This record gives sequence, C-alpha cells and structure tokens, in this order.
Amino acid sequence: MNVQTLITNSLRHAVVEVFFTMLSGEVEPGQVTVEQGSPETNDGVVSFIGLAGAWTGTGSITCSPVAACRIASHLLMAEYASVNEDVLDAVAELTNMIIGNVKTDLERHLGSLGLSIPTVVFGRNFRSKSGGAEWIVQPFHWEGEQLLIRLALAKVQKPSGATTPRANACVEL
Amino acid sequence: MESDVLVVDDSAAIRKVLQRVLRQTGMAINTIHEAGNGEEALEILKAKSVSLVLTDINMPKMDGLELLAALKRCPEWAGVPVVMITTEGGETKVAEAVRLGAVGYVRKPFTADQIKEKLAGILEPALPI
Repeated sequence: MNVQTLITNSLRHAVVEVFFTMLSGEVEPGQVTVEQGSPETNDGVVSFIGLAGAWTGTGSITCSPVAACRIASHLLMAEYASVNEDVLDAVAELTNMIIGNVKTDLERHLGSLGLSIPTVVFGRNFRSKSGGAEWIVQPFHWEGEQLLIRLALAKVQKPSGATTPRANACVEL
Repeated sequence: MESDVLVVDDSAAIRKVLQRVLRQTGMAINTIHEAGNGEEALEILKAKSVSLVLTDINMPKMDGLELLAALKRCPEWAGVPVVMITTEGGETKVAEAVRLGAVGYVRKPFTADQIKEKLAGILEPALPI
C-alpha cells in the first residue's frame, strides 16, 4: 500500500469516527484529489496542524462559516449563529482529533511523529502555502455542507528525531 | 462524599464537553475546575484540593506528561489519580504516561461511557436522591 492510499484510508476512518462519536453525525466521503503547490484562494474557516518527525507536513480542515457554527453547535450543545471564539476553538479541536488520530495510525507505518497545536483562520480571499508540498484533498459531505480535509506529508532526508513541530503552512491575506 | 475534579486541556471546547460528560457520569462530583495547560493546573492545585486530574497531553507551556511528572514529584499531589485524555494514541506516549504514574488513558474522540468506565473506582457514585 502506498503512502497516499494509507493517508486516504486513515483520513476517512478518522473523520467518520470523530464525527460519529463527538457530533453524532454521519459524513459522506467524496472523491480524493491531489493539489500541487498553493491551493486556490480560500473563504471561510481553515485550521492547520503541523506534523514532524521522519515525515513532516501539515493537516488542514476547510469549511464554510455555516459548517463551522454547526460543528460548534453539535460539539458544545449550544446554538452558534456566527463565527466567534467558541466556534474557532471547536474547529481547532476537531482538527486536533482528526489529524491526531491519522498521526497515530500513520505512526505504525512511518515511525514516530510529533503534532503541533492547531491554528485557525477565519476570513475571505486568503491563500495558504505549505512548502511546495503535494496535498491529498479528501472532501466530506455533512448536513448539506462540504468539508475539505487536506494533508501534505513528505519524507525528510535525515530523520530529525523527536522534535516539536510547528504548523508548516503560512497564510497570505 | 462529593469530589472536586480538575480538567486540563488547551481547548475550551473540550473543557466544556468534559464538564457536560462528567456531570452525566452519575459520579459524586462537586466542583469541576478548569486549566488551559500544566502551569495553570499547578496554580489551581496550590489553592484547591482535587480527587482527580483529567489532562490532555499536547498543550502549550507545560504539556500533560510534564504536569504528570510534576505531580508525582510532589508528595502533596503524588497520590492524586491522573487520567490522560488525548489524541496522542501512540504506544510511546501511552507507555510514558503509564511509567510516570497515570492511572488511566482515554483516546479522543471519547464517549460518555468511556469516561464513566475510567472514573469507576476513582470517584464514588452519587447517592440516589
């Protein structure tokens, strides 16, 4: 099994499990694509979390403000009509759980990996970039909304050992 | 007897979820204190006596494993049971937590039943009204 298949299977399993357990929801996976370089401009909520070790990269979730509010409403059992600190925190934690579980799964094949603290951005017409890496993009459909889960992971030439990773993506407003 | 519990996680969302889940467990819980990292947890423990610490691992400033080690080094806190709740499901992190003295481990995402199962034997059930 190649790394892309490993990542795709792991992402699907983690997203389904996290949504079912924490949000009592069912998600429908869409067609996987691969993005080279910088993705198109983003609108909405995007969260990033860094991975480091023998392999290094970034995991990301992109969703609309409506989907972000709905995630927070299900997780915190309260109504959220607009994006605020609670909503961003809920999306960050969802990213942490999904990519954290992917990390744990991938460690069985790729060796020990470190996980950073998530970063969340909410805005319009911004670009993100992650060191020219290739992104595996897995869309999911949930309650009429689309969520894009992205993961860019590349093997480093010299294993760096135990390090504390940073989110490798940068955001250009 | 009702117990105080300390929840340590850098995510305010997860602290709120754990507040709700802990109240649903049917355990005799009085106050649930919250801290955003290990340093804040130690400050709370200087002022409050708790019967259980539930802590995340991956946090800024002082992570959950550093907090666990600090608690076990201090005679006043060494006996407080610590349960790790984290996405860090790798064998290395789990083994390190057990070596440092954690009494339990819950992987995120978690259900209320999983939390209740871990707390059985640590906290007393609430008395029926």
